[in-house]
Amino acid sequence: MSCQEARELLHGYLDGELDLAATLEFERHLRGCAACERAYGNQKTLRTAIRSQAPYFKAPASLKRKVRPARWMAPLALAATLALMLAGTWAVLRAGRSSNELVASDVVSGHVRSLMANHLMDVPSSDRHTVKPWFLGKLDFSPDVKDLGPQGFPLIGGRLDYVAQKPAAALVYQRGKHVINLFVWKSDGRSEGHESRQGYNMTHWNNAGLSYWAVSDLNAAELEQFSKLMQNPPR
Amino acid sequence: MGNQSVFEQAVLPHLDAAYNLARWLTRNDHDAEDVAQEACLRAMRFFDGFRGGPIRPWLLTIVRNTYLTWLQKSKIKEMAPLEHDVESNAASPEELLIEQVEGQTLRQALDALPAEYREVIVLRELEELSYKEIADIAGIPIGTVMSRLARARRRLQESVLQGSGR
Repeated sequence: MSCQEARELLHGYLDGELDLAATLEFERHLRGCAACERAYGNQKTLRTAIRSQAPYFKAPASLKRKVRPARWMAPLALAATLALMLAGTWAVLRAGRSSNELVASDVVSGHVRSLMANHLMDVPSSDRHTVKPWFLGKLDFSPDVKDLGPQGFPLIGGRLDYVAQKPAAALVYQRGKHVINLFVWKSDGRSEGHESRQGYNMTHWNNAGLSYWAVSDLNAAELEQFSKLMQNPPR
Repeated sequence: MGNQSVFEQAVLPHLDAAYNLARWLTRNDHDAEDVAQEACLRAMRFFDGFRGGPIRPWLLTIVRNTYLTWLQKSKIKEMAPLEHDVESNAASPEELLIEQVEGQTLRQALDALPAEYREVIVLRELEELSYKEIADIAGIPIGTVMSRLARARRRLQESVLQGSGR
């Protein structure tokens, strides 16, 4: 093997790429040639220097951002979806809330008006068998009229009213000196809960396609009791 | 999206390798970023056609090809075949011993290498790829990988010896 050949094979040897025959031949040459041995030593030194001192350039953050559109788009898309969902939920809540608020304000107005204008009742009667038929022909639904006199909420009458731009039956109950207006009208709503406004308490529920809103200056606990009795009358 | 995430998992771990090669070839940060980014976009496009095997050499091949395209656009003739290869391949009879290599000298020596030498040095020493892998990336026979490495290292050795005042 000539020195010229050895100086090239040196690199294959250094890189572990020589086959066995070439490896043995190269090693034999190296043992008998100081210059090639020194050349080999130099290349080993150089390799160590390159591997330890030549910079390995890491991808800058800006490049990482650019080639990962999916990764930073995903949170963006997610955020956008969430925002839409939140907006949607908020709109639904707001619609629900605003419709409830509208009703609550109607209910309170109706209640106040009934007391102020001395127009509490069109049909003053404690007899539900008088009150219920009275609504026939005046409304396109038949409100469930219950007498809760034995439970301390006597029925005192009924009248026609108007809530949420719909004709409503107003059933009037009494609790001590407090008047309870129970507004009933046709509605697909499913809202249920309590409201409080201008010192009046309200409790409302839905049943069989009818909305029930009870309003009174009665305390909330007793109004709630009234609501429960209305929904589950004692037998 | 599924493909996208497969691509990310497979390719992005080698983003440093892609940038490192691009940076050594272009020798500046800005162009390196352009080349590496373009290479990643190409890789994403070609990913469906990738038929297994190690990802890193595949990605580095794309980086190299992207660099060549970039060169053509830049009208730089870096990868043009060398005319005086043979001279530096000659074995000098009395071999001087490298005693110490300064980082700065080494880096300048590497930057001064022709791009095709720099390329094989980076692939071999920094990426520690095999001759076969380097041959595939550079599109040259395996034997040429060794002779190219020999010439590149020979030049580096000369530069380092000159740089240290020998």
